[in-house]
Amino acid sequence: MYKILKKEILSQDIEKMVIEAPYIAKKCQPGQFVMVMVEEGGERIPLTIADYDRSENSVTIIYQIVGYTTKLLSQKLEGQTISSIAGPLGQPAHMKKVKRVLGIGGGVGAAPLYPQIKKLTEMGASCDAVIGSRTEEMMILQEEFKEIAENIYFATNDGSKGKKGFVTDVLKDLISQGKKYDEVIAIGPLVMMKSVVEYTKELNIPTSVSLNPIMIDGTGMCGGCRVTIGKETKFACVDGPDFDGFLVDFEELMRRQTMYMPEEAEHRCRLGI
Amino acid sequence: MGKFNMTLQKTKIAEQNPAERRKNFKEVSLGYSEEEAINEAKRCIQCKSPACVSGCPVNVHIPQFINKVAEGNFEEAYDILVEQNSLPAICGRVCPQEKQCESKCVRGMKGEPVGIGRLERFVADWFIENGKTKEKKAENNNIKVAVTGAGPAGLACAGELAKYGYDVTIFEALHTAGGVLMYGIPEFRLPKEIVKKEIENVAEQGVKIQKNVIVGRSITVDELMEEGYKSVFIGSGAGLPNFMGIEGENLNGVYSANEFLTRVNLMKAYDKNSPTPVSVGEKIAVIGGGNVAMDAARTAVRLGAKEVYVVYRRGEEELPARLEEVHHAKEEGVIFRLLSNPVGIKGDNGWVEKLECVEMELSEPDESGRRRPVAIEGSEFMLDVDRVIIAIGQSPNPLIRQTTKGLETHNWGGIIVEVESMETTKESVYAGGDVVTGAATVILAMGAGKKAAKSIHEKLRKSI
Repeated sequence: MYKILKKEILSQDIEKMVIEAPYIAKKCQPGQFVMVMVEEGGERIPLTIADYDRSENSVTIIYQIVGYTTKLLSQKLEGQTISSIAGPLGQPAHMKKVKRVLGIGGGVGAAPLYPQIKKLTEMGASCDAVIGSRTEEMMILQEEFKEIAENIYFATNDGSKGKKGFVTDVLKDLISQGKKYDEVIAIGPLVMMKSVVEYTKELNIPTSVSLNPIMIDGTGMCGGCRVTIGKETKFACVDGPDFDGFLVDFEELMRRQTMYMPEEAEHRCRLGI
Repeated sequence: MGKFNMTLQKTKIAEQNPAERRKNFKEVSLGYSEEEAINEAKRCIQCKSPACVSGCPVNVHIPQFINKVAEGNFEEAYDILVEQNSLPAICGRVCPQEKQCESKCVRGMKGEPVGIGRLERFVADWFIENGKTKEKKAENNNIKVAVTGAGPAGLACAGELAKYGYDVTIFEALHTAGGVLMYGIPEFRLPKEIVKKEIENVAEQGVKIQKNVIVGRSITVDELMEEGYKSVFIGSGAGLPNFMGIEGENLNGVYSANEFLTRVNLMKAYDKNSPTPVSVGEKIAVIGGGNVAMDAARTAVRLGAKEVYVVYRRGEEELPARLEEVHHAKEEGVIFRLLSNPVGIKGDNGWVEKLECVEMELSEPDESGRRRPVAIEGSEFMLDVDRVIIAIGQSPNPLIRQTTKGLETHNWGGIIVEVESMETTKESVYAGGDVVTGAATVILAMGAGKKAAKSIHEKLRKSI
């Protein structure tokens, strides 16, 4: 059993938990993830590590309440425990020493983006960040990013914060204003990462993306998370989750993400959510 | 009347009938009653130099335990059994006895061999039901040994080390101990309650099991040594599923057998209330001919698939699965498409619609001694299916070899060991089971774990 040290509601449907997990806290690097099981017999879900504190043996996860398991997780309170958390899994993000980085975080994707930008800043890079969400209420980590990013930009679908539109619109504005980046890191919904990559590919700005496909064990055992990278099949859990965005077959991945929609709908219906 | 039961056939064992069991996940074989067990035990003629024992990878004292069964002394039979085998209820169910102990039984020369596996199962089940756990704990010598992976190899190694008095900790990556016994082998062949009970028995000998710790990620082998573990045994199994590399393998509706079975067994997707779903469709093709393929096919039947095919590129005789599994699969309505090799998976809408195969014929034997299958030109055909399960084997998981310096492996990923001692190329690090051999059987993994435990003890006791 793993204790919830802290719990915070970040925005509508997005919450943060600090969980005591000594093994993970000691070893984890930006870009890695954990497998969480809220209750014995429950579902195992992958969540990217948003932060960690080696001295208090804790890791931070940020999740959006989207389905049965995240709903169950959100019902847990500070001081209570969850059944399992295992990790750190996946390859650490490839932190190259670069001068200018643009981090783009869409929705809850801002959470895994944060430790990468933080680390790059520590390594001497100058980082800008674009944070996007549907509405201002749903936006997370604004303050945290302000502390580390040189410039921060916002985009919301309804225009309640920053630009009305998508993170890609901000990206295009920045480029047309003459901003230069050596690298882009885009983390968010698949459709967002796909459109960022479509644009950065034209400009040939290396772009890394973080994939979060369906997984069961997270250790290479099930192969459910396979993605096509270039011409090769890779397992996101052991070869990723970060990949060169130019090589990812987003169409295939988006299709694979829908594989369990019928079962999930039926399941949610039975559970009354 | 003689002392022995000279009937040529094994005492019949009750099974759920096929029509019934197609609809449930309950165990197929129902096991012997006390009377049946005694009757079968009397078929053993108590050879002076028993060949059966040499056929057993863990050298169970077979005639001795069977003799106790014949006398109706099941408690003592159990004691004899567990001296050599820490997981008898499991082995009695999943060992390929027909290729091991029973293949050497003299009674098999004329008629059927003694049902050693069935008797092993009977004794182990009897103990779970009626036996009293004994204080088996050896005196702790305070020497720490780490075991990675709580599957058959790791459990056998840990159990044996505990008997010698070591302070053993198993590190398990998943949230449940048991490895392939929990995630791979289905409930109807190996009930999970039985697995849990036998693991509890190992734990009662003083073995600690730390779950959710992935050696190679959460902690490395070198870090374990730094933490004071004097020796490390790697029994991390062959968990990485192989794919064929054919067109369409990433279509929706294509599973590795590992994924399909893990969803159903470990995550209990057969239960409608489980939050982890499984999607079986109507017509399903399982590619491969081993025990895993049979498990996947028979699971698909139980989940309600209307047509279930096993597609295998060689013939019936070459099927690597146990005869009993093939027989059970046929009884349950699985359709065998033998001498057929899949060449592509088709699906225009993103989901599987067809499996394209080519017919094969067998030519000269290859280096494995099996006749090599060759495609018959122009024999391509389509199988209408909406799900495909790939069960063509697993490779060793790379996490440990990628993070352990000095650990040499074969190019296919298996850890290289010294066969007598099971020691790897890294000092004080041992390995056994599927991570060394590639996917094999439960009992071979257990044998390797035990052997490694003996070598670890040989080496460490000098330092006591």
